[in-house]
Amino acid sequence: MSLQLFLLLASALFAVGLYGALSQQSIVMIMMGLELMLNGVLVAAAAFWYFVSPQRADGQVLVLLVLAVMAVEMAMGFAVATAIFRARDVDMTDMAGDLKG
Amino acid sequence: MGDQLPLWSVLVLPLLASGLALVAASTDSAVAALAAGRRVTLAELTTPVRESTRLLLTQRRTTVASDAVLWRLGGGGVIVVALLASLVVPLGAQPALDLPVGIVWFNAMEVLLWVLVWMAGWGANSAYSLVSGYRYLAQGLAYELPLMLALITAGLGAGSLRVVDVVAAQQDRWFVVEMPVAFVLYLAGVAGFSFWGPLSSAVAADLGGGVRGELSGVDRLVFVAGRYFALVVGAAFAVPLFLGGGAGPVLPGVVWVAVKTLAVLALLTWVRWRLPVIRPDRYVEVAWVVLIPLILAQTLGTSLLVLAGE
Amino acid sequence: MDVVAFWLLAVVAVVSGMLVFRVDSMARATFLLLASFLCVAGTMLLLDLHYLGALTILMMTVEMAVMVVFMVMFMMNPAGLMPMTMVHNRRGALILSVGAFVFLAAGALLVPWPIRRGEPPADATRQLGESIMEGKMLVMLVVGISLFATMVAATVLATGRGRYDRYGDDLTRSRPDDPVPGGVGR
Repeated sequence: MSLQLFLLLASALFAVGLYGALSQQSIVMIMMGLELMLNGVLVAAAAFWYFVSPQRADGQVLVLLVLAVMAVEMAMGFAVATAIFRARDVDMTDMAGDLKG
Repeated sequence: MGDQLPLWSVLVLPLLASGLALVAASTDSAVAALAAGRRVTLAELTTPVRESTRLLLTQRRTTVASDAVLWRLGGGGVIVVALLASLVVPLGAQPALDLPVGIVWFNAMEVLLWVLVWMAGWGANSAYSLVSGYRYLAQGLAYELPLMLALITAGLGAGSLRVVDVVAAQQDRWFVVEMPVAFVLYLAGVAGFSFWGPLSSAVAADLGGGVRGELSGVDRLVFVAGRYFALVVGAAFAVPLFLGGGAGPVLPGVVWVAVKTLAVLALLTWVRWRLPVIRPDRYVEVAWVVLIPLILAQTLGTSLLVLAGE
Repeated sequence: MDVVAFWLLAVVAVVSGMLVFRVDSMARATFLLLASFLCVAGTMLLLDLHYLGALTILMMTVEMAVMVVFMVMFMMNPAGLMPMTMVHNRRGALILSVGAFVFLAAGALLVPWPIRRGEPPADATRQLGESIMEGKMLVMLVVGISLFATMVAATVLATGRGRYDRYGDDLTRSRPDDPVPGGVGR
């Protein structure tokens, strides 16, 4: 158990989440990709706290912040998905590209 | 991790939980007989044992295009999660696992029930079963915040999240006296997560037994036993949090914990036979608009008490 | 013992994360994501972060329970009875994500990380609590207010009926006109 191993785990989770966020069409699946990316950040922040500066609480505060951000992102994402579904009866991002170009 | 029981005590926990669950189930069937106008005979008292044997011998049912993985996981996971939650309940003076965040661990384990009961409802590929799983989630949104705030209030009164410290902080006055609203809302949460009594819409008769309806044989036995285990562990956790743990005059701590747990179980059984099943959507509004401000006021009162006592 | 636990948790976390985008059933995808989160919480428990590990289990379970409701609501194939992949630009996404992993892993292995300063405290929870109440109180205030703003904004975005639907055009109705009344009678 060393810092490098934890950061490898974090990078793997981040990369898998990035694949999901970029390749999926449905809003809900994109959000699952985003959650995986934030998962990776969570592991990295916890590892940095333990292996670099455990005498300060900065890493723990970052973990708390990332948890709150995950909750906020999920809530707002589902609210937007519901609003788009009510307006247009779709849930794919391809059909919500009004701001494109 | 400080003072905890030796490792073999983990094996004792399922036995204790099943003993208490049998007592709870027998009492419940006795009260059911009384409510139906029959006399309470030995046959009524041994209904749980006879029913369990019958379920063990019944054939397991499968439904068309069921999600077998999620269905069996949901049905069988309830009992596992209830036993995981019982790891932090002190048997007497010490728990089997003395986590520094015992209260949060208990909260996390009972939240896992949300996912498991929904999976048990979804996996059967049956409309009534699915609707009951959704009822459980809707009701969960209602009872969870008051339950969490009640647990936080108990931790606040003790200044620690460790269950042993909460017991030690009740030397002068039990927390049920200091924070009665938290005690009541904690019991409401226990009724909620073990879908018991007024909050049992997930297994209600108007949907053919709900989540329990499609299960049969040993699956149903495991699920119903898990529900009773969750109820018993929830009642047992009320003892160190609000009723002073193993404190009592003559008898050893373990006996007092058992006596107090049985008292809480009797209270919960009384509530079950007194109150009708509440519809989740009606309970949601009451919980968010009335109960959360109440428990927040209770937390404020407790924090003022803690500050005044320093 | 810790090393074995860490490798087990790490492998399960990454594999279940990958399986999220491979399975056809949306319910299973959500719970595979939950499994990934629970393994991450397990690694945090290995790092002596007891409170944050238990908190991650709690919050992620609730989030995945809510997410499964929305998955079943919005997705066309929630039970996975038909094989289905709905992807766009799959090769590009694959190239980018593998590239990102190589870049980050190279950074993780090659960067000379600083030496550890100090020892972990006896009670990490108390350290966190004291910090967000004293030095980092701004974080707590901002998180609190942003969570409240999220609740209000999400309700406003997602609700299909507003004040005028409930109370009439002049807002004069005494009881709101809801299809399903709540328990308090408001």
